[in-house]
Amino acid sequence: MLMTEARTHRAEALGTVEATPLPVLLQVKGVTLQYKTPQHLVTATYRVDFDVHEADRFVILGPSGCGKSTLLKAVGGFMNPVEGSIRIRGREISAPGPNRMMVFQEFEQLMPWKTVLQNVLFPMKVSGRFKGADARERALSALAKVNLSKFADVYPHMLSGGMKMRVAIARAMAMEPDILLMDEPFAALDALTRRKMQEELLGLWDQLHFTVMFVTHSIEEAILVGSRILVLSPHPGRVRAELNSTGFGHGSVDHPDFGRLSKRIHDFLFEDELAVEARS
Amino acid sequence: MATHAVSGLRPEYERQLTDASDVGEVQRPLSMSERLWGSTPFRRFVMLIVLAVVWECYARFLSNPLLFPTFSETLATFWRDLVDGPLISRTFTSLQVLVLGYGAGLALAAVFTTLAVSSRIGTDLLSTLTAMFNPLPAIALLPLALIWFGLGIPSLVFVIIHSVLWAVSLNTHSGFRSVPETLRMSGRNYGLSGVRYVVLILIPAAFPAILAGLKIGWAFAWRTLIAAELVFGVSSRSGGLGWYIFEARAELLTAQVFAGLLTVILIGLFVESVIFRAIEARTVQRWGMQR
Ligand SMILES: Nc1ncnc2c1ncn2[C@@H]1O[C@H](COP(=O)(O)OP(=O)(O)O)[C@@H](O)[C@H]1O
Ligand SMILES: [Mg+2]
Repeated sequence: MLMTEARTHRAEALGTVEATPLPVLLQVKGVTLQYKTPQHLVTATYRVDFDVHEADRFVILGPSGCGKSTLLKAVGGFMNPVEGSIRIRGREISAPGPNRMMVFQEFEQLMPWKTVLQNVLFPMKVSGRFKGADARERALSALAKVNLSKFADVYPHMLSGGMKMRVAIARAMAMEPDILLMDEPFAALDALTRRKMQEELLGLWDQLHFTVMFVTHSIEEAILVGSRILVLSPHPGRVRAELNSTGFGHGSVDHPDFGRLSKRIHDFLFEDELAVEARS
Repeated sequence: MATHAVSGLRPEYERQLTDASDVGEVQRPLSMSERLWGSTPFRRFVMLIVLAVVWECYARFLSNPLLFPTFSETLATFWRDLVDGPLISRTFTSLQVLVLGYGAGLALAAVFTTLAVSSRIGTDLLSTLTAMFNPLPAIALLPLALIWFGLGIPSLVFVIIHSVLWAVSLNTHSGFRSVPETLRMSGRNYGLSGVRYVVLILIPAAFPAILAGLKIGWAFAWRTLIAAELVFGVSSRSGGLGWYIFEARAELLTAQVFAGLLTVILIGLFVESVIFRAIEARTVQRWGMQR
């Protein structure tokens, strides 16, 4: 029911551009990120700029190895840029912190020695953000939102892949972070589960309007999930374009606008190959 | 498309699902005997009884109690020495030394692994030392221990530490290193660092490896202790189990030698299959981190 409501909501937004954007939450300016390995210095992204506004579903899209994960890690505070700056609410990011909750692709991100409920409670307790009965209530309500109330006392190894991912999402959302950072969260799931999870994520967003940065290498997923898409070039990742994609849901996959946007992004991503083909 | 077709199309069809309510039994509880035979402890118990019967028969056939006492005689001696003989106090002495050495070994292992995870020099130190000392049987250090510490408990503790330390540090360290990157990052994401990070994330995540290390360390320590007591039990005043066996051999009380060996086995089995099994069942197995 919520889902259909949400879809019509988005369908209304289709075509209408939001008049006044919400304030900027995250500012990335001229960020270059590098890895030092014993043999090489790898530049993952080069002078990347973008702004994430509040309540954005900001998608980072690019070919494999272009530095999407690296960019997300830098926003998470796990890597410092060699050049440029990353600010959240005007403050420079220098270390990981619970105001930016990460959700990874791997199922290992759940702690196998804790039950589902304990997994959700853990970050709240160790970060001191929520305590005691309040934390418990929030954890239970987060689990209810992802339809896992029945599994609160189960250990993660007894859950399916999709359920594990829902726990990870519930755990991150329960912290009410400034921004949710998701690194290809649905890439390891089968196609049907992935579709269901995408719908659920959109459903949650319709309820809560959180800010999320979502990394993917799938054009379709980017258009479905995102409200704004940052297209990165192949390695080293540079900004190629930033596009709007509000108003698309699973219902509008056949819509000509969807196809047009998809084609546009496709051309951005594969323009090198197209050029090579044209020359030969 | 047409270009992908090899031959003519076959007709399509759709079906109504048939009623599956009368497929018969889909699930039934196992019978008592099936369940008993499925239980590992029960099968092992049966195995033990068979072995005891074989032993008894062979010893009776041999009928030379000086070489090979019967199972029943061994049990009787074991019981006699347990109830009002030296067996309890001997065992107690051994266990005391063992706990002392095992504890000290674990403490040192904790220090070494902390050094190893916190700096590269520490890692190199641990790898070099383990590579050097791991292949060295603890008993081989006994002569050196005797020179340094003389006869007595300190020498025993020294060799036990040597037998525990390397196995446990090696396992713990490799356990820490194999903690998945995403789990580490989640931990740091919540703002954990330093001791809290190690205690709340690394140790539980590496627990299967740590537990394996503890088990190996225990087995090494127990063997080393009994062997060491056999070597210089001769001159120690309040000897342990090794000394009990040694004494019995000197007086050609073969049944007592067997009773001593039986005690060594029983304690080993108890620690492995009761204590460590219980820890495993409550931790790594419940968490699905093993099997
Ligand atoms: N830990 C690392 N050490 C060295 N190089 C790395 C490391 N992680 C990623 N890279 C390199 O950085 C580039 C970007 O990687 P990544 O951000 O994981 O790409 P994406 O997530 O877009 O697939 C790649 O060329 C990759 O080889
Ligand atoms: Mg990646």
